[in-house]
Amino acid sequence: MKKVYLDYSATTPVDERVFKKMMPFFSQKYGNASSLHSFGQESKLVLEGAREKVADLISASSEEIIFTSSATESNNLALKGLLKKGDHLIISSIEHHCVEETANYLKREGVLVTKLEVDKKGFVKDLQKNIQKNTVLISIIHASNEIGVIQDIEKIGKIAKKNNILFHTDAAQSFGKVPIDVKYIDLLTASSHKIYGPKGAACLYVKKGIKLTPLLHGGGQEQGLRPSTYNISAIVGFGKAAEIAGKEMEKDYNHQVFLRDKIIEEALKIKGCYLNGDNQKRLPNNINLRFSGIEGEALVIKLDLEGIAVSTGSACASAKLEPSSVLLALGLKPHQAHGSLRISLGKYTTEKEIDYFLKILLKSVKELKQISPYK
Amino acid sequence: MSYNEKIINHFKNPKNYGKMKNPSAVGKLDNKNCGDVMWIYLKIKEDIIEDISFETLGCAVAIANSSLLTTMVKGKTIKEALKIKDKDLIKEFGQVPKVKLHCSFLAVKALKKAINNYYEKGSSSYVGRSR
Ligand SMILES: Cc1ncc(COP(=O)(O)O)c(C=O)c1O
Ligand code: FES
Repeated sequence: MKKVYLDYSATTPVDERVFKKMMPFFSQKYGNASSLHSFGQESKLVLEGAREKVADLISASSEEIIFTSSATESNNLALKGLLKKGDHLIISSIEHHCVEETANYLKREGVLVTKLEVDKKGFVKDLQKNIQKNTVLISIIHASNEIGVIQDIEKIGKIAKKNNILFHTDAAQSFGKVPIDVKYIDLLTASSHKIYGPKGAACLYVKKGIKLTPLLHGGGQEQGLRPSTYNISAIVGFGKAAEIAGKEMEKDYNHQVFLRDKIIEEALKIKGCYLNGDNQKRLPNNINLRFSGIEGEALVIKLDLEGIAVSTGSACASAKLEPSSVLLALGLKPHQAHGSLRISLGKYTTEKEIDYFLKILLKSVKELKQISPYK
Repeated sequence: MSYNEKIINHFKNPKNYGKMKNPSAVGKLDNKNCGDVMWIYLKIKEDIIEDISFETLGCAVAIANSSLLTTMVKGKTIKEALKIKDKDLIKEFGQVPKVKLHCSFLAVKALKKAINNYYEKGSSSYVGRSR
């Protein structure tokens, strides 16, 4: 059966060039980058090379990049590393679970948390209004993993700066896909496996001068912020992926925007189909649709039976039987979130795949509507 | 979520779906758990369910359950149909993920509602109370 992967926001395949670059670091160049001997020094060199490549992509300097194992870890480090009892934290109502749940944890530990609402299109509202005397950190997702909406981080950063508050952004979905400059950002999360690098490598950008408390204590790696023996192959892969993403960003961006807009245009012709999130300021690879009268989990399974991989924010697909909180934050009713479908493209997605997808989508929606009491 | 072949078969090729013309009774159910909707249509003659169809807005398992239920009910007497429990549907499928157990309950409840509707219309004195 034909297989079409349209879930690149969940994770991406490793780019062949990245894989090739990583290969020697398993059995040949396996030195511990903290060792003094030649084996270690060889690893240290490539480690710093990777750091530079990641830093370059966001116009940061190398010393400001702290390698971690995942975006989840980076987000945890940023929030837990900065906040203590009595501090005030501002996040949005459309954060990834790993920021939301960390904020919930900190709340139980005595940190005060405000969740900013978003408007119908998905942009955060009322930031200035919610700043308090004890606000220490604003953490707002750069591009939503679900609805793809890209926040104006320059504007948010300027507000933070004016009020002398730190600004962290979770850029796991946008890093490497759209240009980012950390000028107005104090901390930023980026990840390797979302940009055709391997799983197991990510980073936290920490602007010079900002003091963090580490999550782990140990051998002092990463300026003491993230001790653990370096996962050198994954970090090398991350560096290579960042380098490629930088060089090929414009090409990949245009390619995906073309396919994205084709899907949106064709899908919106279906009766009862709507786009979730703003149609302009969104990731080049994200499409979030909703269909009235059908349920998203059934649609995902139907597409999967035809070899197509996508995802949904429907209650029926969640372990808790709750609709996606991100879709509800947009003001959608649970029954509207019920028919949602997230399609995320990648640089390897072809127009042929999209044509196939659209054909099967049309057929599947039609079939499910025939079964539904609401046509 | 991975479903077994029996569930997938009913989901892929559902039996007895669609609106019924001139039904004897209709049962409409909204699921409070996840927001799914299930409608069951019945054609009853002398206590025998001659025809049954469904319309479901729901997950793959909810659709599969609706389909399976209609095949189990068709041709049965009302009394026999009322004996069908959610665990009978689950048993027929073999394996149903835990979060999806309520979808079978939903189907059985919709059938009961339809049968109730039949009696409420005054066709007989028997009242099969839904749970
Ligand atoms: C915006 C965002 N933040 C954080 C994460 C967490 O990434 P990981 O599971 O690799 O830690 C993801 C991945 O889904 C994401 O999309
Ligand atoms: S009926 Fe909603 S999960 Fe099946």
